[in-house]
Amino acid sequence: MSNTQPLLEVRNLRVEFPTRRGTLVALNDVSFDIHPGEVLGVVGESGAGKSMTGAAIIGLLEPPGRIAGGTISLGGKRIDNLSPNEMRPIRGRQIGAIFQDPLTTLNPLYTVGRQLVETMTTHLPVTPAEARRKAIEWLELVGIPAAAQRIDSYPHEFSGGMRQRVVIALALCAEPKLIVADEPTTALDVSIQAQVIALLKTLAREKGTAMMLVTHDMGVIAETADRVAVMYAGRIVEIGAVRQVVKHPSHPYTIGLMGSIPPITHRLERMQQIEGAMPRLSAIPRGCAYNPRCPQVFERCRMDRPELMPAGETRAACWLYDAASEQGVLKAAQDA
Amino acid sequence: MTQPAMLETRDLARFFDVSRPLIQRALSREGRRMLRAVDGVTFEIPKGQTLSLVGESGCGKSTVARLVVGLYAPTRGEVIFDGRDLGDARSDATQRRRMQMIFQDPYASLNPRWRVRDIISEPIRAFGLLTDRGQIEARVGELLSQVGLSPLDGQKFPHEFSGGQRQRISIARALSSNPEFLVCDEPTSALDVSVQAQILNLMKDLQASLGLTYLFISHNLAVVRQVSDRVGVMYLGRLVENAPAETLFTTPRHPYTRALMEAIPDLDMTGRQRIPVGGEVPSPISPPSGCPFHPRCPLANDRCKAERPELIPARGTEQSQVACHAVEEGRDGGPQIEPAAVAMA
Repeated sequence: MSNTQPLLEVRNLRVEFPTRRGTLVALNDVSFDIHPGEVLGVVGESGAGKSMTGAAIIGLLEPPGRIAGGTISLGGKRIDNLSPNEMRPIRGRQIGAIFQDPLTTLNPLYTVGRQLVETMTTHLPVTPAEARRKAIEWLELVGIPAAAQRIDSYPHEFSGGMRQRVVIALALCAEPKLIVADEPTTALDVSIQAQVIALLKTLAREKGTAMMLVTHDMGVIAETADRVAVMYAGRIVEIGAVRQVVKHPSHPYTIGLMGSIPPITHRLERMQQIEGAMPRLSAIPRGCAYNPRCPQVFERCRMDRPELMPAGETRAACWLYDAASEQGVLKAAQDA
Repeated sequence: MTQPAMLETRDLARFFDVSRPLIQRALSREGRRMLRAVDGVTFEIPKGQTLSLVGESGCGKSTVARLVVGLYAPTRGEVIFDGRDLGDARSDATQRRRMQMIFQDPYASLNPRWRVRDIISEPIRAFGLLTDRGQIEARVGELLSQVGLSPLDGQKFPHEFSGGQRQRISIARALSSNPEFLVCDEPTSALDVSVQAQILNLMKDLQASLGLTYLFISHNLAVVRQVSDRVGVMYLGRLVENAPAETLFTTPRHPYTRALMEAIPDLDMTGRQRIPVGGEVPSPISPPSGCPFHPRCPLANDRCKAERPELIPARGTEQSQVACHAVEEGRDGGPQIEPAAVAMA
């Protein structure tokens, strides 16, 4: 997968929010690629910047938020500096978006059929009649029973799970190359969640669509993603193959995060917990942002900010893995 | 169960009237429509233990929580708290003081205009437990320390705290009336996973040190496994299975319980193929005939469509109760070990 040209390239992305009390940096130095047909999971806790990354890519940052540095390229072309008018045909046609709440994504005043037809006639060279036929096919594909009858129903006539299927059909019907899915299953019950994940996986595989899957649910990532990026306080702290990150995490934050997920297989006397909470954007500590909570913190972590560096099978932003330093040598010796 | 029950419900039910206005009903000649949110739930919680209710949205678990603390009056059935019917004791402050509730959303359940010390001391003042200002202040400081905050935090307002800290404040408020029984309605669902672990540990510590009894409501089975002694699985307003936690997780009996377990994303990446249960939870306004799960159940037959199964002790397990014809008739293939449990053994 690494020898193909990446579909999406994000380089040193920086997003800022100017406020009266100074500029807040919501995303800092975020870089990653997504290849065609690949699912990249982005995990992190609330406020880590995972949804912000998705919003920056689809060009829907909430003002006054703005891209203050770095580049986003889709298929080799920069899309971060386009005007809203230039971005509109790309969004929908080349990048599809799925959001958490299916009720706010759909227009309650239009039938789902009309919304699907409108999307297709806007982005694809099809007549309204063709579009309607294809809309029924899409609804069948995402598993809506009696699609030919339900196409003229309004969003409120569908249940939550069915609505999210309509949203998925809507995101996919213009056949985009990239889908940005922000917590697509969070609002759904577990049994429906399983259906929707299975559907997304199958469709992405069959259509060769790349996907950026933003979620706080590590279980969903483990089942769906090929690679995963872990975010903390506006930066990627670890990125690598999903199996490695889940099974053998390197960054102390990822280790803590994985450890605090309650297991379903057995009961623990005490759950592992990370002390404290993620810092606010206005008070990100100097050095590594995780240092006040990190059990393995040492002097350098409080001084300098670590970049992503090779750490075991993944890449982690942690001084423990700096081969040139004393701690890095120590860590390598421990691991060996 | 040698321990006396702290809380017991008998055939508890709550219906909501969702009829259209009278004129419209008269014009279209339709009757009243009732949403049966909870329809005949019986369970008991021994002192010092935790019973969890799990199920998907709309199954009635939060309605049970609200019935138990008296936020709703039951349509039918009774809630018995420490041997007394709460129907009679509804206005009895000494009874009410002994039970408290922790809500899901720590952003909505704390008054943003009140200082934390006022929020926490409100139950103390309302029940008249302490009257001296100095004593109240000391008690608030003690409660704040107990939940892992600083006594100085009492000066602050809720917006100065993170979600996890707010949930600690909610817990301190609940503890301020020295309750013996806490109803926790999804107390960690709005929290991040690392903070969730902190709150679950705190709740366990408090249970051990204060001898609290919990009714714990959650949709997250992994969380439920960590905190429960017994687990009740709800579907469309009814209990379909009620079993000791270990039994439920190692040998789930009801087909719905099995489906729920099956649906949990696999963090261990064993690569097992998940078979998602088809369909969705039907509307509680017009639940299916017979067993409410039969339209989605792989074991359903004609009896399941016609006859509603009662919650009865399951064959092969001592302590479990299951409401399923297939389990009763032995059509489910007996107790089956969950794949994950085999891998652990």
